Amino acid sequence: MSIEAQTLHRETFILNLGPQHPATHGVLRIKLTLDGEYIEDAEPVIGYGHRMHEKMGENRTYAKFLPNTGRMDYVAAMFNTHGYVCAVERLAGITVPERAEFIRVITAELNRVASHLLWVGAFLIDLGGFTPLLYTFDDREQILDLLEAVTGARLTFCYYRFGGVCNDIDDDFIAGTRKFIAHLRSRMPMYHALITKNIIFRRRCEGIGPISAENCRKYGATGPVIRGSGVAYDVRKAEPYSIYPRLDFNVPVYGQGDCMARYLVRMDEIVESLRIVEQALDRLPGGPVMAEKVPRILKPPKGDCYFNVESARGSFGVRVVSDGTDKAYRMKLRSPCFSNLSLFQECSRGMLLADALALLGTLDLVIPDIDR
Amino acid sequence: MWNYLKEIFSGGYSLLVGMWITLRHTFRRPVTVQYPYESLKMPARYRGHIQLVFDAATGQPKCVACMACARACPSNCISLEGHKPEGATRRVVSKYTLDFTSCSLCGLCVESCSFDALEFSKDYNLAATKKDEYVMDLMKQAQGKQEK
Ligand code: SF4
Ligand code: SF4
Repeated sequence: MSIEAQTLHRETFILNLGPQHPATHGVLRIKLTLDGEYIEDAEPVIGYGHRMHEKMGENRTYAKFLPNTGRMDYVAAMFNTHGYVCAVERLAGITVPERAEFIRVITAELNRVASHLLWVGAFLIDLGGFTPLLYTFDDREQILDLLEAVTGARLTFCYYRFGGVCNDIDDDFIAGTRKFIAHLRSRMPMYHALITKNIIFRRRCEGIGPISAENCRKYGATGPVIRGSGVAYDVRKAEPYSIYPRLDFNVPVYGQGDCMARYLVRMDEIVESLRIVEQALDRLPGGPVMAEKVPRILKPPKGDCYFNVESARGSFGVRVVSDGTDKAYRMKLRSPCFSNLSLFQECSRGMLLADALALLGTLDLVIPDIDR
Repeated sequence: MWNYLKEIFSGGYSLLVGMWITLRHTFRRPVTVQYPYESLKMPARYRGHIQLVFDAATGQPKCVACMACARACPSNCISLEGHKPEGATRRVVSKYTLDFTSCSLCGLCVESCSFDALEFSKDYNLAATKKDEYVMDLMKQAQGKQEK
């Protein structure tokens, strides 16, 4: 090849995807080096939504950090709070009443369903289909109404407390949830007919954006991403917490590793989460929802604790180091989205731009969760 | 060739199914609320901005200015003053300001109050044109409500 031909071939250009771009769901910027429509390199640039949550956790009392937890992954805020309260409870040696554990699982799983429904709608917008978003939001709204009646907020719930939850659930909530479970189950065939079987959707997803299990391990991807690559890793099974060991549910795994697999994992998880909620409602014990004698200003003994929960996007971990005072000495928040995004650079190499956006969509990124 | 035709047929069918679903949805009742004309009632636990609770018997705020709420607030948006009138058994609040610009509606203040003197407002139409409008004098606000 002559030098001229070589340079001609290597002619690339740089395209900024984001930070304000409809396809990136938030302030994520991706610096794309494109060769025509093919991606040579995709470098995620993050930090636009950085609010120093970790540092804030270190300069305020434990209870005052609670509202912060809902503002990282605001689409699935319950899980962040769950991870945080569990870490502090373990440090401080607080036992949570049985009923509160059940309520936590019920609300968290409802939140997972809401998060996945939002993802389906947003992902289809990425692919160019607008209508399904309206249907998924219709269903998601019903969950938010249920959760709002219990927690008082629609997104940033701030519902869990050290030692339990701040409000008990009432009969209206239980009846409403049961009604909703039946309703969403009846809607699932509609979603599959409308989306899963749709030829355009299939063509945009099947075989597109494969992520190998090896890459998932390398970058620490978790949640539906790793389960779509054939690895049955779910914190709820791998390191069971709360009442999950007592509940009967499956972990959906698909081996293809493509966008379709990740989509199917999430669709199946909606059904599994509904099963979990139903079982938890059936077995809901009575009793208090707050542990007794939790001091208002918590001072856990010196120690170091890491707690992992399975959030809607993967494993969310909180590490709290206590030096015996009322503030944490170190607070480390491991967000699933950060790890899930990390593999994008390697996996998108050589892909078509439009396909890479589908891949980006299936990673289910919440940007403030990446930046924290 | 046969496969090709089959794919066109099944693909076209899947599109028709989708359109049929959308068509059916067209005749459903709308789920949205036409906001300025109708509005939703907030659930009992809805966390709006905070407001003082008044004692029905005395017409005075129940607050005893113990500062627990101000200490519990993660965003330091509550400032209040209180004094003890002569001959009274408890302190009374004389000034209670909420800086709503930094309030995160977390509810920790309401939980921390042992006198049931704080509650959430159900008002969510809180648009304003000036920042100062969000520095709320809760004493005045509550009095205004009482007079109504
Ligand atoms: S905690 Fe209650 S009584 Fe104490 S200052 Fe606040 S509102 Fe008043
Ligand atoms: S709701 Fe939270 S942020 Fe707002 S005033 Fe109360 S404690 Fe402070």
